[in-house]
Amino acid sequence: MSKSLVVVDGIKKTFPIDSGFLGSKKSVKAVNLVSFEIKEGETFSLVGESGCGKSTTGRLVTRLLTPDEGKIWINQEEISKMNENRLREVRKQVQMVFQDPYASLNPRMKIREVVGEPLVIHTKLSAAEREKIVEEMLDVVGLNSYHADKFAHEFSGGQRQRIGIARALILKPKLIVADEPVSALDVSIQSQILNLLKDLQEEFQLTYLFISHDLSVVEHISDKIGVMYLGSLVESGPKESIFANPQHPYTKALLSSVPIPDPRAKRERIILQGDVPSPVNPPSGCLFHTRCPYSMDMCKSTVPRLREIEVGGHFVACHL
Amino acid sequence: MEAVKEVSQISLVSEEKKRSRMSEFWTKWKKQKTAFWAGFFIIFLLLVAVFGPILAPYDPYEPDYDAILQTPSQAHWAGTDEYGRDILSRIIVGAGISLSVSFTSVLVGAVIGTILGLCSGYYGGWLDRLIMRSSDVMFAFPDLLLAIAIVAILGPGLTNVVVAVAVFSIPSFARLIRGNTLAAKEAVFVEAARSMGARSSRIIFRHIFPETVSSMIVFFSLRIGTSILAASSLSFLGLGAKPESPDWGAMLSMGRDYLDTAPHVVMIPGLVIFLSVLAFNLVGDGLRDIMDPKTKN
Amino acid sequence: MSENIIEVKHLQTQFTRDNKKTVVLDNVSFHIKKGEVLGLVGESGCGKSVTSLSIMRLFKDTTGEITNGEIKYKGTNLLSISESSMRGIRGKEISMIFQEPMTSLNPVMKIGEQLMESIRLHLGYSDKQAKEHAISMLTKVGIPRPQEIISEYPHQLSGGMRQRIMIAMAMSCRPNLLIADEPTTALDVTIQAQILDVMKQLQAEEHMSMLLITHDLGVVAEMCNRVVVMYAGRVVEEASVYDLFDDPKHPYTKGLIGSVPKLGQKRSRLDSVPGNVPNPNQMPKGCKFAPRCKEVMPVCWEEEPTITATGSERFCRCWLYREESRDAHV
Repeated sequence: MSKSLVVVDGIKKTFPIDSGFLGSKKSVKAVNLVSFEIKEGETFSLVGESGCGKSTTGRLVTRLLTPDEGKIWINQEEISKMNENRLREVRKQVQMVFQDPYASLNPRMKIREVVGEPLVIHTKLSAAEREKIVEEMLDVVGLNSYHADKFAHEFSGGQRQRIGIARALILKPKLIVADEPVSALDVSIQSQILNLLKDLQEEFQLTYLFISHDLSVVEHISDKIGVMYLGSLVESGPKESIFANPQHPYTKALLSSVPIPDPRAKRERIILQGDVPSPVNPPSGCLFHTRCPYSMDMCKSTVPRLREIEVGGHFVACHL
Repeated sequence: MEAVKEVSQISLVSEEKKRSRMSEFWTKWKKQKTAFWAGFFIIFLLLVAVFGPILAPYDPYEPDYDAILQTPSQAHWAGTDEYGRDILSRIIVGAGISLSVSFTSVLVGAVIGTILGLCSGYYGGWLDRLIMRSSDVMFAFPDLLLAIAIVAILGPGLTNVVVAVAVFSIPSFARLIRGNTLAAKEAVFVEAARSMGARSSRIIFRHIFPETVSSMIVFFSLRIGTSILAASSLSFLGLGAKPESPDWGAMLSMGRDYLDTAPHVVMIPGLVIFLSVLAFNLVGDGLRDIMDPKTKN
Repeated sequence: MSENIIEVKHLQTQFTRDNKKTVVLDNVSFHIKKGEVLGLVGESGCGKSVTSLSIMRLFKDTTGEITNGEIKYKGTNLLSISESSMRGIRGKEISMIFQEPMTSLNPVMKIGEQLMESIRLHLGYSDKQAKEHAISMLTKVGIPRPQEIISEYPHQLSGGMRQRIMIAMAMSCRPNLLIADEPTTALDVTIQAQILDVMKQLQAEEHMSMLLITHDLGVVAEMCNRVVVMYAGRVVEEASVYDLFDDPKHPYTKGLIGSVPKLGQKRSRLDSVPGNVPNPNQMPKGCKFAPRCKEVMPVCWEEEPTITATGSERFCRCWLYREESRDAHV
């Protein structure tokens, strides 16, 4: 059994929002008591709709944000309260790939500098040595070394995302946190990047924390999945178990909402009523009860806890 | 050896980048008609400032008591002052003094202000509050009053004028750069650099500072105009250059006694100050139009 | 056979930038029958949105101009009528919904006023009738408490609600043709499901024709009767939705379908289309897809194939099927 690379235990993050002059201080519970584990070499995906806290969770794991409560271990080291100096060592192991390949590369830097930047930060390699590694890395992600002297704006979206991946891989990290890495790309390019991510995982024994709103993509790439709704994890477990046997009504609705590219696919669609409630005034009890087709009285008052419903780590937070 | 290679590579990078940006800049700049011509005027002024001592037809300090307060003539294109000194020569040599005073003071103000603005915007918190509240206090004084107060404390003299004008430039630069820093700090590539484990110093100077440069250049040229005016005002008040020196402000100050009898003694330096300030402001506006991302379409 | 509500023939549209003319659409032809939903699929930059703008002649303040072809709506060529007659068609006969509803809603006007404006204009209703009609439209698109919503402003609503308002607005004058340009791309999946459901229902009720522009093959499979696939400003394939997914002909369509991960389907790798979409200023000489094509032949680099029938109601722009159809004739 491989060991856990990432352990997240009950993390919380609240953002204050100023409601104007003299207004009472309000806050958004962006992430509320989220726990999960990622084993080495595994892909764990966080999936959910906009505002569900999946990206915030990713930023907490990379400590771009500091959790208010809870603990995060990466490679047996507790990082939730670690200072910036010690974090720098951890960050060699944890790199990020961002959603927007246009914004995440500095437009004033050449690709050589962009991809080589982690080496400048963390190693004492000479320029020539760095250059060699950068060119190797560009080759690994399917770009040419003559690309190295261009600027980010000269590339297409898919190529930029390759550059972002090369940068994330150059230190040979253990964990890659990929925040919606393909959602800004066209479908034909999306599949190139997904295939690349899978190949790289094999080649470098990478562990992925994959954040996405697209269930088809998540099903394709993940080993385990966590479904988030309004800052909480409502269901998590192995991919097969979640997709074949979803338990939470939200997961069911989410799965049935995905349009399937097959005109002959017949299935029963669960159409949820209403919108996602505002995270500033979340509903009491179960966060989903306002839209849940099976809502009961107790859902309005009691918060359901995550409990294991199937051996093998399928957890669900629902009273049903 | 390796270090040399690295350095040469970096300079190569910036050179090439500049080349493509320069050509783009040039096409846009040519479309800014007024600023384009104002730019030529500034280049002319700078040349005069540098080669002033060679160009000047007369010695600007040598009195000629046979030619006191002459109106412009063939011999003296801009006339002479109360000691018979050639005004044109004094203007030419004075350009060096006036421009170097204003350039140095704005440069000092820009460097200190930029560093303060970067730190204030990037770190936030108490440092931000300290820097911004201090600038607010300085903003509360009219610029010139503040400069007069500083020179009054430090004593008159050109060096102290530089200090005074620099000091009152600092808060404006700090505030401008702070705003740019706040915006740049939110860029995803800055977040990416943080996630890579880059130190704050690297993030500030490698990623955020380049984002602030263009608006700094714009403000710099606008500020030069203001500071020519301020330095001249201080000299006019007798707080700057010594009365006998050919500083433009000092020339105004000396000439005002003869306003009724020989108005050209005041008019000519006044006109030169007016044109220089205008030119720098026009160039600044032109630069803003093509460089400031807010007005960019 | 039912009549064609709109026929686009040999449409060519170009944009001018820095004195350089770029042909964005070239020889685009398709038709939509009454009551039919036609999907227009392609990736960014393939010209699908420009096609809809061409039909609506919405090139004011842009450098876009239609340089060739005709767009026949119920027999009249929309390209030859005056701007004022075109205004009478926009919103009444043909209406449009966009990806981002906020950009097409006026932020400082109450929702009711915006809805009633076009109702009064096109249907000639009185204020009272228009208000009633507006409320009934809002009810139809599934907006709760419509009486209150009409006196609210767009920013007070969620993205899904705004898109419902847009649909209500577009449908309020009972258009014959609705052009929906990526109507659900900006929305979350559960909201997308709601909106698609509303659109489907209204389309069936009103027996309205629809041109659905999207990059999402899932949405296409769910909503459309027939599909037109576009690549680099050209139609590369046209087929019924079943034919298209069962047996895609054009290598680009094949690649596109193969590259989408499908829920419930276990594949370790996705097919992918290598390379990138060509820059419109540097188009390859022959077939525009040749550089990315897995089945490329020498002829593809030399000459661009024309679009030809490969079956009943099936068209494909590819040299592979030119041989086939030639052989069939012999």
